[in-house]
Amino acid sequence: MAFDSFSAFIIMEGHGPYVWTCYGVFFLLMALITWLSVRDRRRVVRTQQREQTVASPGQTDTVRNERTGGGFQRIPTSQSESISKS
Amino acid sequence: MWQFFHKLGSPKWFYGIAGRFMPWLLGLGLVLSLAGIVWGLAFAPQDYLQGNSYRIIFIHVPTAFLAQSVYMMMAVAGVITLVWKMKLADVFVRAAAPVGAILTVLALFTGAVWGKPTWGTWWIWDARLTSMLILLFLYLGIIGLSHAYSDEKTAARAVAVLTVVGVVNIPIIKYSVNWWNTLHQPATFKLTEKPTMVPEMWVPLLLAVLGTYLLFGWVSLYRMQTEVLRRERRTRWVKDVIAAGGGSQLKSGGA
Repeated sequence: MAFDSFSAFIIMEGHGPYVWTCYGVFFLLMALITWLSVRDRRRVVRTQQREQTVASPGQTDTVRNERTGGGFQRIPTSQSESISKS
Repeated sequence: MWQFFHKLGSPKWFYGIAGRFMPWLLGLGLVLSLAGIVWGLAFAPQDYLQGNSYRIIFIHVPTAFLAQSVYMMMAVAGVITLVWKMKLADVFVRAAAPVGAILTVLALFTGAVWGKPTWGTWWIWDARLTSMLILLFLYLGIIGLSHAYSDEKTAARAVAVLTVVGVVNIPIIKYSVNWWNTLHQPATFKLTEKPTMVPEMWVPLLLAVLGTYLLFGWVSLYRMQTEVLRRERRTRWVKDVIAAGGGSQLKSGGA
């Protein structure tokens, strides 16, 4: 230990306020970026979970996945082409 | 090598491998950086000139070092985006930019608070401090630009160009203390020479730098995973991950 007592450690011969301010802000901003990242993840997960339930409410998991995976798709056929041309 | 490159293009493979690395990065990063900080704060000897205020170095150097290092990684990713159009490189730039910005803010703030008792001023418009401020503006510009386009490909290209152009600032930061007269002290660690400090000071500093590096690895992989989940939300495997709560570990291995 480079200090004689705990109070000497806090005061640091007058440099305490500078040192502790730095360390305080350091831990604060580190916590902030972690919190922001976790919040982003939760947002993405929650939005997708909501969309999946909206796509097919009251279905079981397996059926729901198949439904959203399939969905409606416009398939161009020769018939529809000839209609649009005529 | 090419197989690795090809695999890196697979978002699911990336998600799984990132999830496997992340607990190690977080655990080891916390242990190393906390060990470095506690050692530096309470056990390292006083500086004969600066007294105890120098103890700020144990967070100032790691954050300043990382701020530049992260930018270099982003610039490499930017080149990869422009040349090979690899999506994961753009995902990295997006994920890392806010972290880099926060690290730059920390480097500037701890530097200012350290400057007050040491130089007698919070701020001076000299080369090192000004170029570091420009780095912060570059980070903010990249973050802003990445949200400015609705089209993902256009955004990726624009962000990559800005990142690559901005890399010119990095050697300016690095050599500013040698090229110009400045209040800032020269680098503590050099590749070619022994550190100018005693081991009781530079060993905890090195621990703190390594620890912060690993913690950056953890948070950037976590953020990249989130971006992958958002971009690949239509795929089956992401739907499974989302249904399971969006955890970082993939339940079943293999691609």
